[in-house]
Amino acid sequence: MPVPAALTRTSTDTHCPYCALQCGMEVRTAEAGVSVAPREFPTNRGGMCQKGWTSATLLTSAGRVTTPLLREHRDAPLRPVSWDTALDHVASRLAELREQHGADSVGVFGGGGLTNEKAYQLGKFARVALGTSQVDYNGRFCMSSAAAAGIKAFGMDRGMPFPVSDVAQADAVLLIGANVAETMPPFMRHVLPAARSGGLIVIDPRRTPTAEQASLHLQPAPGTDLALALGMLHAVVADGHLDHRYLADRTSGFDQVWRIAAAWWPERVERVTGVAAADQRAAVRLLARARNAYVLTARGTEQHASGVATVSAWINLCLALGLPGRPGSGYGCLTGQGNGQGGREHGQKADQLPGYRKIDDPAARAHVAGVWGVDPDSLPGPGRSAYELLDALGTGTGPRALLVFGSNLVVSAPRAGHVAARLDALELLVVADFVLSETAAAADVVFPVTQWAEEDGTMTSLEGRVLLRQRALSAPHGVRSDLELLQGLAIRLGQPAQRFQTEAEEVFEELRRASAGGIADYSGISYDRLRAGEALHWPVPGVDHPGTPRAFLDRFAHPDGLARFQPVDHTGPAEPPDAEFPLYATTGRVLQHYQSGAQTRRVPELLAAQPEAFVEVHPDTARRAGVHDGQWAAVTSRRGQVLARVRCLPSMRLDTVFLPFHFPGSERANLITNPALDPTSRMPEFKVCAVRLAPADAEALPA
Amino acid sequence: MTPRRVAIIGYGMAGARLADQIRRHDPTGRQVSVTMVGAEPHPGYNRILLSNVVAGSMGIEDVLLHQRDWAERNAVDLRLGVSAIGLDTGSRQVRLTGGSTVDYDDLVLATGSTPWIPPVQGLLDDRGSLAEGVVAFRDLNDCRQILDSAPVGTPVAVIGGGLLGLEAARGLTGRGNPVTVVHQVGHLMERQLDPQAGAVLARVLRDTGIEFRLGRTAAKYSVGKGLELDDGSTVEAGLVVVSAGTRPASELASAAGLDVERGVLIDDELRTSDPHVRAIGDCARHPGTVSGLVQPAWEQAAVLADLLTGAEPSSRYLGTQVVTRLKTRGIDLATMGEVHVDTDCTDAEVVRLEDPARGRYAKIVLRDDLVTGAIVLGSPDAAATITQLHDRGIPAPTDRMALLLGRALPSGVESAGVEADPAALPASTLICRCNTVDKGRLVTAWRSGARSVEDLVTATRASTGCGGCKAAVGSLCEWLTDQTPTPAENPRSWAAT
Repeated sequence: MPVPAALTRTSTDTHCPYCALQCGMEVRTAEAGVSVAPREFPTNRGGMCQKGWTSATLLTSAGRVTTPLLREHRDAPLRPVSWDTALDHVASRLAELREQHGADSVGVFGGGGLTNEKAYQLGKFARVALGTSQVDYNGRFCMSSAAAAGIKAFGMDRGMPFPVSDVAQADAVLLIGANVAETMPPFMRHVLPAARSGGLIVIDPRRTPTAEQASLHLQPAPGTDLALALGMLHAVVADGHLDHRYLADRTSGFDQVWRIAAAWWPERVERVTGVAAADQRAAVRLLARARNAYVLTARGTEQHASGVATVSAWINLCLALGLPGRPGSGYGCLTGQGNGQGGREHGQKADQLPGYRKIDDPAARAHVAGVWGVDPDSLPGPGRSAYELLDALGTGTGPRALLVFGSNLVVSAPRAGHVAARLDALELLVVADFVLSETAAAADVVFPVTQWAEEDGTMTSLEGRVLLRQRALSAPHGVRSDLELLQGLAIRLGQPAQRFQTEAEEVFEELRRASAGGIADYSGISYDRLRAGEALHWPVPGVDHPGTPRAFLDRFAHPDGLARFQPVDHTGPAEPPDAEFPLYATTGRVLQHYQSGAQTRRVPELLAAQPEAFVEVHPDTARRAGVHDGQWAAVTSRRGQVLARVRCLPSMRLDTVFLPFHFPGSERANLITNPALDPTSRMPEFKVCAVRLAPADAEALPA
Repeated sequence: MTPRRVAIIGYGMAGARLADQIRRHDPTGRQVSVTMVGAEPHPGYNRILLSNVVAGSMGIEDVLLHQRDWAERNAVDLRLGVSAIGLDTGSRQVRLTGGSTVDYDDLVLATGSTPWIPPVQGLLDDRGSLAEGVVAFRDLNDCRQILDSAPVGTPVAVIGGGLLGLEAARGLTGRGNPVTVVHQVGHLMERQLDPQAGAVLARVLRDTGIEFRLGRTAAKYSVGKGLELDDGSTVEAGLVVVSAGTRPASELASAAGLDVERGVLIDDELRTSDPHVRAIGDCARHPGTVSGLVQPAWEQAAVLADLLTGAEPSSRYLGTQVVTRLKTRGIDLATMGEVHVDTDCTDAEVVRLEDPARGRYAKIVLRDDLVTGAIVLGSPDAAATITQLHDRGIPAPTDRMALLLGRALPSGVESAGVEADPAALPASTLICRCNTVDKGRLVTAWRSGARSVEDLVTATRASTGCGGCKAAVGSLCEWLTDQTPTPAENPRSWAAT
């Protein structure tokens, strides 16, 4: 007799597995299968995009890896093996390498999509079980410039130091290099009030779907944002919008900044950026006259070799207008990856320990070593940053083995062809993933791990709020969690099992203690408080502490309580166009895909909507290059060539082409990107390089 | 290693920039020691911003190029309030007022220019200085004098309808002075504008309260009476601002025997006829540029810093493509390149648009698809685009009219169908971007029985992302409802077009 459906059906409140907006959703399990639906939550207000709606597809996808895979030698195929075989193999190879070449011969690469517990455990595993300094993560390619600029200006980096929902109350919102209509669509719900009242300003070299809704769209040449920020700061002063009282009470260092901005009058900036001086002034006027205003940056303005300076210039503008730390106004960085914020706080970054502590700070080392039960002197120092780590793989001085968690480097790293070659030069590449990503396919060992709905874990969303993602269903047979994988390896490397817990809640309890007293203090957060639905924005320094939804209202996090203007000047892109490579190329996202596309390209509905790489180009530029709408073109830089189908768009700048970076193989946009690094954040220059456009060779076309 | 001794004569925009660039390459002064001589008693200031001071939107402190402790922090030997009065190129020594001297390995002349005072009776006093009530618009002191001697309401006459004269005039009307501009040519800014553009500009400026006497020369100035013109008329003026052009300040170079011809002659390494003396900015004359603007001076300073510090020994100055911008509130004018070419020209393509009543004028001159000249008045975004095409040698788009219109161009593509008539939209029009739902899918869902907005949303997920297309889904639903209940009789009327 069939069981009535209602009895087997369950519903679990959780959050979307993709971006940092972490939309509230329900996972419903029934005999017919698993489905998701949006639910009312402050960040998404009941909305959800196509990625979210289709996210359950991957749970039961045929593309799922459900058994460990191992290749005997480099030329052998990956074959299914048991967990014990795979764990024994990896652990013994790691131990051998450490024995022969030292602890730094093993590297670890994490991701901004990992839960707080995994990010924490991964950093601990690297420093304690492996003893290596060579650990970093893909957040370096994502948030690091904004993080560094936030710390310099405010003494603390919390992407948005205010709740997302505050944005809906503002008269004016300035989005810089942020295509939220595609990258986090429900976020537009918070921006629409400003858009409807004529106060949405978008700065983007492209007329993106977000820019289409703007009251004012400024379209600078790629790589010239810093000059634009200086011109706008100049306009603030020249047009009488400077907030003198705020400057005196809450900031330091304006005078030096003004001497630089004084040399960037808007007409001069116009020649560098292509943004009309009148538009610079109009944008400033909208911000200055608003009762409340927000300025939000994202990857478009941050992913540059001058990313930290560029974000600092935008923060300078905000400070001159008196926005940060004022109720209803402020500056924020829109975090990209699901746990981009939490992922950078708990120690998977080369220079950091949990709680946003610095690894070269003796007090921080002593505190964390105490929680871990190890000698502080046994902890390694800072290691290489992400690109430098990848660039060093298999070179003799760099790691000979790499463990990769939650990242698809073959597609997502800058100068991807070179990075793939470095991965090939490794003696051992180990990848933990739930699909056979391009990087997993190149690995010696693949561990199949659980997905979001199959495990517990916390995420820290773009507004610094810690969220609990609860397990909604059991994992397929043969799949284990990353925490179980790390324990399995740790035990084999001689660690006591209890040092590497496998229950997320237990790991979180340890994370609380490790973060206590740090900048990102989670000590007052518990699973129970999260289950009860409390909105906890860090820092939460005690169990009775209500959390900090709005930081900086009384003081900034520097010892003197003041925000610091940063003297920064425009230098321009690392690789300007020239006769051989006459166009700027910039890269970005489409609505249907997430990051490298490893997940979303396996969702048929999403792949059908955006099946292949394309290059957006002005019709005149296309004609001069001899390429036609709908045909395949080759876009070539000094580092490589990417193939993409031509989309002619009259709204493109004549000097710029755009490519999405979600596609594999010869369609990888990152084959052409420039790994020039920011001196502080070590962020690569994803957003601008010099290229030429030509018809693609018929033989070279993707199958 | 003994540092190379560089002496810079002149703490204006060129000299200050050079010192900044040198210290950018050599922050501590290990390679290059810098001595800077400035005639005025205060730090250099940004001349570009002086009209802001006149208009009252900036104070004097705001326009200083450096903080007061700049020289100390940057290891610069700064001599303020003294002038160079003698140059001995043989012994490589400069004599300063007050008797001190500076020895150099490399001397840089950055002495700028001085205002040219037209031979008008009464402008100069017996000693050859500017008479009472007459001021040039050149330095910070002039600004102070304008502010002090022309309280709000005082009528002012400006001699000279060039760029600087107009900026001064606009600054003064902005603070409440009636202004009359006397210009001896028949149209304004005749070097950068054709007569038609000059006429449109005059019209726009008249609307802001400036009066013009074009094609007229000042004949005589007398205190209390004002400015008499060559046609016998009189312009009431409590103050006369002279902005009739400048002369390179090259006396020091001439006296030292350097080659001077309307400026100190320099080559691509900014070298004068003496290999140890360079010159930059308004006092210098390079074949590839015009003087009087800051951009060439800054480009020259950058090249010279490369050479003097050895940071880039192959660096050369090859001239500057000048773009002239009138920087006054509410008026947007850009001109560049060859502008005196008319539409009937046979060897160049000229496109022109004129809307004088609304203060708009645009003209571009093209050769082989490249913009070689342009005047754009009243179209800021078009000006910005055209300037970039001109600066960087990017071929112009085929649709020349669209280029001239800028944002005034009606956009051919509606972003979403929100405002459009749902019946007229093609089936492939994307209604909901967040969930990739086009009109065709909504029509199909309707046909399959989704007969309300709610049902359409459930069937297609349209409007569940950002929510921006809610109205479009609503009007589409209304339209579909209007088509029923007669689909069977007239199926074509509601089929997706």
